[in-house]
Amino acid sequence: MIKVKLAEDKINKIKEICTSFGNKAGEAINVLHKVQGEFGYLPAEVQEVIAKELNVSVANIYGIVTFYSFFTMIPKGEHPISICMGTACYVRGSEKILDEFKRQLKIAIGETTPDGKFSLNCLRCVGACGLAPVVLIGDKVYGRVTTDKVQEIIGEYKA
Amino acid sequence: MEYVNIIIDDKPIKAEKGQTILKAARQAGIGIPTLCYYELNGQQLENRPGGCRVCVVEVSGRKNLAPACATEVMEGMEIKTHSLRVVNARRTVVELLLSDHPASCLICSKSGNCELQSLAQKLGIRDIPFKGEQSMYKKDFSPAIIREMNKCIMCRRCETVCNKLQTVGALSAVNRGFMAVVAPAFEQDLAQSPCTMCGQCVQACPVGALSEVNQTRQVIQAINNPAKKVVVQTAPAVRVALGEEFGMEPGTIVTGKMAAALRRIGFDYVFDTDFAADLTIMEEGTELLGRISKFMAGDKSVRLPILTSCCPGWVNFFETNYSDMLDVPSTAKSPQQMFGAIAKNYWAEKIGVKREDMIVVSIMPCVAKKFECQRDEFKENGNPDVDYSLTTRELAELIKQFNIDFNTLPDEDFDNPLGASTGAAVIFGATGGVIEAATRTAYEIFTKKKLDKVDFNALRGLDGVRSATVDFDGTPIHIGIAHGLGNARKLLDMVRNGEANFHAIEVMACPGGCVGGAGQPFHHGDFSKVEKRFEAIYREDEGKPIRKSHENPYIKQLYEEFLGEPCGEKSHHLLHTHYFDKSKQVEVEA
Repeated sequence: MIKVKLAEDKINKIKEICTSFGNKAGEAINVLHKVQGEFGYLPAEVQEVIAKELNVSVANIYGIVTFYSFFTMIPKGEHPISICMGTACYVRGSEKILDEFKRQLKIAIGETTPDGKFSLNCLRCVGACGLAPVVLIGDKVYGRVTTDKVQEIIGEYKA
Repeated sequence: MEYVNIIIDDKPIKAEKGQTILKAARQAGIGIPTLCYYELNGQQLENRPGGCRVCVVEVSGRKNLAPACATEVMEGMEIKTHSLRVVNARRTVVELLLSDHPASCLICSKSGNCELQSLAQKLGIRDIPFKGEQSMYKKDFSPAIIREMNKCIMCRRCETVCNKLQTVGALSAVNRGFMAVVAPAFEQDLAQSPCTMCGQCVQACPVGALSEVNQTRQVIQAINNPAKKVVVQTAPAVRVALGEEFGMEPGTIVTGKMAAALRRIGFDYVFDTDFAADLTIMEEGTELLGRISKFMAGDKSVRLPILTSCCPGWVNFFETNYSDMLDVPSTAKSPQQMFGAIAKNYWAEKIGVKREDMIVVSIMPCVAKKFECQRDEFKENGNPDVDYSLTTRELAELIKQFNIDFNTLPDEDFDNPLGASTGAAVIFGATGGVIEAATRTAYEIFTKKKLDKVDFNALRGLDGVRSATVDFDGTPIHIGIAHGLGNARKLLDMVRNGEANFHAIEVMACPGGCVGGAGQPFHHGDFSKVEKRFEAIYREDEGKPIRKSHENPYIKQLYEEFLGEPCGEKSHHLLHTHYFDKSKQVEVEA
């Protein structure tokens, strides 16, 4: 027997979400959405439980998780950083901003710092093109960011 | 049936309404090349993701080319299957596929059987104009199957077979875009997945991305080691399929040529798994009758139905998916393992060879048998009862390597005593055969009457799930049969939910039974080949002078000389096994 271990409250929460979608295999995407909303990410054990509840193979669940970029198996940092790569931000140098964040945090896109404080992601257009290039940390928007400002921005959250 | 009028390549055709362009064209004798498309006729399996775009055709009034495998015919459709636009598009599609495919055809195990290779040849591709990144994945070795995903073309046949036909769920398409690949959950190795090693994915793979673990070299080494006595056993389904590898019609029976070839390769003793199949019937039949009698006498400790346990893919499947029912399958080992146990414990002693100096090789239509013979419970002090299990395809490879002209070989017999068998043993190779063989013997033991007609036609056929009631002289015995693990699941779920009352159930993991096994010559989705092998099995049975296992004189001799009685103490030790819970359970973290 292969055992998958998970905390009781987590198992119950997943079961509750699956039940709310009628334990239907066709609702897998909605279930994953809701579960990720709850836990912030979708680790392997969580996918195992979802697969069991929806009576589909865990390979299928993993297939969905890896297909849609919204789903992640890596926990997001306490302060998720999103760099806008939309056209306006891009032409105003957002790639250099991204490189600077990568350099200072020593992580790649989609990763989280070992202390769990920061995670780094890209997105496309937050509708603030006038402020390009734009960086989001949590819900806070930073406009007209330059590479020199990156250290200062990170510093705000380090304390 | 409603029809629509269409025109394909200027030829007016009446096509069935709802049919795809591909099927309508094929019915009219117009070939459209395909690659990802895979269908097992009569087995309700169709893979048509419409993803490879090799089958594109031009449909009048449509801007884009349409995939023939996934586009339904409509009244008045005019279709061109080989217009310049189509031919150019098809060519580009294949060139793009080749741009991310290793050009290692010279040393690829699938060379000569590869559908991508033959397509590239058919289209006359002599250059790959697109240069780009190449997928790089590590090779994954399970005890039976090798995954080389660098060669994967994302046709997703394996995924469809694993999930739809077999309901095993080991494989899924994961990631997206250039990174997309078929893999087990979390991209773990196959050995960590619920894979049953049935190998139907290997049978379905159009390229060399999935293949069986090849052990021909080890076998050649053993044969050439003077210190070893090498014994070979051949499964029933091999003799009706091996000929295909040498250009013969599917369903050609090559038992005699096969024995001759094995002798020329240099095996010391050419024996037959059929002998062990007869032995299996003695053990399993006795166990079946024992359980039925106890059950009928009201003994609550016995559970029915009894499930056959010859098929290693099926054993892996129930250990993973029906761990709550591990006491239901017969404890009888499979014929392969019974043969190994008898060869190394009885025959070795008889000819004065030490167990360690005997090598037992099996020729199987199967991929999962490679795993079965490696199971720890089938070893004695680390020495396995069966050392190497080769597929039908690997045997063909050996015959070619030894430069044997198979077609001109004379017919030879197996060696005795472990080469003698009955018609009952032969039909182990087809779905319904094991239970029919068991019925032939169990009937006579149970009723103490002679069975005049040994053909139980009610148990034969190729429907996925079948049931029949056999009259044991006034006692009705209900029998269930399933082939293909998806069908087995249907039957087992019925049993688990108390919706079915069978005395015995036979399951074979591969469609058609072992004749459609994953180790058989590639049929490329042409299931009529499997049907012809299936018919040949019953022809071979009919031609046998003895057709009931318990009448095999060498089986009788084995019990008299060595084993004692069926299900006795010695058989229990040598010929029976137990099963393990391989299910995955969610537990609360402490």
